[in-house]
Amino acid sequence: MPMEAAIIEALIREALPDAVVGIQDLAGDGDHYAATVTSAAFAGKSKVQQHQLVYAALKGKMGGELHALALTTLIPTA
Amino acid sequence: MSDNPVFAQIEKELSENDVVLFMKGTSVFPQCGFSAAVVQVLGKLGVAFKGINILDDADLRQGIKDYANWPTIPQLYVKGEFVGGCDIVREMAESGELQTLLKDSGVAIQDAA
Repeated sequence: MPMEAAIIEALIREALPDAVVGIQDLAGDGDHYAATVTSAAFAGKSKVQQHQLVYAALKGKMGGELHALALTTLIPTA
Repeated sequence: MSDNPVFAQIEKELSENDVVLFMKGTSVFPQCGFSAAVVQVLGKLGVAFKGINILDDADLRQGIKDYANWPTIPQLYVKGEFVGGCDIVREMAESGELQTLLKDSGVAIQDAA
């Protein structure tokens, strides 16, 4: 089921208030997105843990409503 | 956590195989672009792996997501440790981290790059 990019961004921001979120709708179908999330919350965490934080923010929508979200997580450079 | 009977099945696979990929479809015929991408990365590195098609088993399909606390397929495991999904595996292969991890884990690779 399609999901709007703005909702994805809002959910991520809710969990990671400092996050800079960039979202691209890859196929224009509201179902295949690429997101780049930059947050200080990722510091000291493994890639798996960083992605888990984002998935947790999406509250179970990932893998369900949201089929495809290619995710890149970055730590802000001070 | 180990209440789920599927977890025992998963742990058995992980203990018997150094490199395991839980995927949609088979390594010869992946049924999802993300699974295909990971198969391609492993193929390039010449890594032998066991591909497990979660589309054949609904309990496993959900069980593996709960096992790794990871919502999507594919999932790559090396020596029983969850490495990541498609994005992480691709990133690690590009940076060389994946090659290092495999070598350090004693998995034979043919690094053509």
